[in-house]
Amino acid sequence: MPSDGNEGLEPLDGAGARSLWSGSIAFGLLSLAVDLFPAVRSEVLPLKLVDSAHRLLTRRYFCPQHERFLARDEIVRGYEIGEGEHVLVADEELESLAPEKSRAIELGKFVDAAEIDPMYFKRSYVLTPAENEANRAYRLLAETMERSGRAGIATFVMRGKEYLVALVSENGVLRAETLRFHDELRRPEEAGLPLGVTAQPRDVDRYRRAIAKLAADEIDRDELADTRTAKLRALIESKLERGVDVERAAAADEEQDEAEIIDLMEVLKRRLQPDEREPARGDRGATRDDDLEGRSRAELYERAKALGVPGRSKMSKDELVRALREAGG
Amino acid sequence: MARAMWKGVLAIGDERVAVKLFSAVQDRAVRFRLLHADDGVPVQQRLVEPESEEIVEYAETQRAFLTPERDLVALRPDELESLEPEPSREIELLRFVPAAAVDQRWYDRPYYLGPDGDSRELAALAAAVRETGRIGIARWVMRKKEYRGALRVADDGVPMLITLRPAEEVIVASELGAPTGKPLDEREIAMAQQLLTLLEARFDPTQYRDEYRERVLELVKAKAEGKVVRHEAPRRRRAEPDLAKALRESLEAERRRA
Repeated sequence: MPSDGNEGLEPLDGAGARSLWSGSIAFGLLSLAVDLFPAVRSEVLPLKLVDSAHRLLTRRYFCPQHERFLARDEIVRGYEIGEGEHVLVADEELESLAPEKSRAIELGKFVDAAEIDPMYFKRSYVLTPAENEANRAYRLLAETMERSGRAGIATFVMRGKEYLVALVSENGVLRAETLRFHDELRRPEEAGLPLGVTAQPRDVDRYRRAIAKLAADEIDRDELADTRTAKLRALIESKLERGVDVERAAAADEEQDEAEIIDLMEVLKRRLQPDEREPARGDRGATRDDDLEGRSRAELYERAKALGVPGRSKMSKDELVRALREAGG
Repeated sequence: MARAMWKGVLAIGDERVAVKLFSAVQDRAVRFRLLHADDGVPVQQRLVEPESEEIVEYAETQRAFLTPERDLVALRPDELESLEPEPSREIELLRFVPAAAVDQRWYDRPYYLGPDGDSRELAALAAAVRETGRIGIARWVMRKKEYRGALRVADDGVPMLITLRPAEEVIVASELGAPTGKPLDEREIAMAQQLLTLLEARFDPTQYRDEYRERVLELVKAKAEGKVVRHEAPRRRRAEPDLAKALRESLEAERRRA
């Protein structure tokens, strides 16, 4: 199995409709509430694991001692200090270690983004205004930053980890590009690489000519496409067309399956332009507040937790819907 | 000398340079384990068929693609194997582009390149790449996986390959609609621009440290020693609803500081 439960604070489910982080951006005394979403898909065509009878499998936490499955609220985080010896750390403790940074991305400096060495860039996220009130401040910051062409540098804490970010504005949308911390990068000497080797001018000329032959102004995006993805897509489409090895999957029950089906692009568009995307009736993927069936188990669980529904961790999605209706939520 | 993670041969037109790849990153994340609260035993992740709650071993699993319409397309191991690229040692340079042509969001993992044999050839290539100021776009197969990368020279003259994400994995910024609303007040934009200008600086990565990681480790140490750890109560920051007022006061505060 790829993961051994050592995955830190990442949730089991992938990029769903929920944001990875909610907080605010602080620019001087200006503060605007934002939600943070991934801007990178981990895989274009993610494959599922199935058993020999082609039934979808999910991952669940399991206690080998009690030999039973565990709900999220039965699990705590521990830091190993010795063989099988752990110090327990609660979420609240982690958050209280940096209460300010857990809530706000404070833009302290603005730099020329082209000055940041490419080796620092880690991953891209999109920031969306969290509330209607944040809309104007969001647009003001995005416009100002886009005109200046500068990136705001800040550090903040998300899911038990501190991130260095460059906030950039493009086409009216704010993005957070996470950067590696200085000490996460090795120096060439540490990797044992030779420095200061003298090159022969004749050899340099030879390579300069070879480079000149391959010079181009632009990248060809097709060259950046993954050929495996294209081949995999062709294979899947051909099987679908011929109806070979195609089966109807069981109804979605697990949060994991649901979260992954949600199209990240749709989620982002809805968050960025909520007014123009009022859920038309029957609009696929649109969720009204009273449309409990349209929500993922994870969302229902969160609601049940907020309402204190007993036994929620062991409930299926349908049971959660029923319990929430009864609880008036 | 650190262990090379892979060996390959750069192919630039007819030129060939044998290289070794060394990871340029070191993982410093604090790792937690997930434990069962009742007994402190590390939990396992198991694969389960949800209907029967039957545990399935990884070795017995197969792969399938789930369509949005919930059709499940099963893929046999031999079919997946046929998608694998031909193994090769060649790192083919496709083109050399201006640095600005590479979207920063494509950058994934950096590797240093070291010589595999004569160090003068690689040094000559690095010098030539540096002189042109261009970035080489490379393609290679490493451990049954296809990679794209950017060949460039770090500030200290060491050549690097930074792997690039497949284009399809990155959300296209122009496809996202920006939030809309009433036109912004130009005076507010002017004030925001002034504030931004006051905060302009050069990017100095050495100024930033992962202080949080240090605090987590301190917390763990204190708890291990049985010390009582006091919680700092989180304070809420109140948003100033009047943007112009917030900007004016920020400017005043920043000017005083400068």
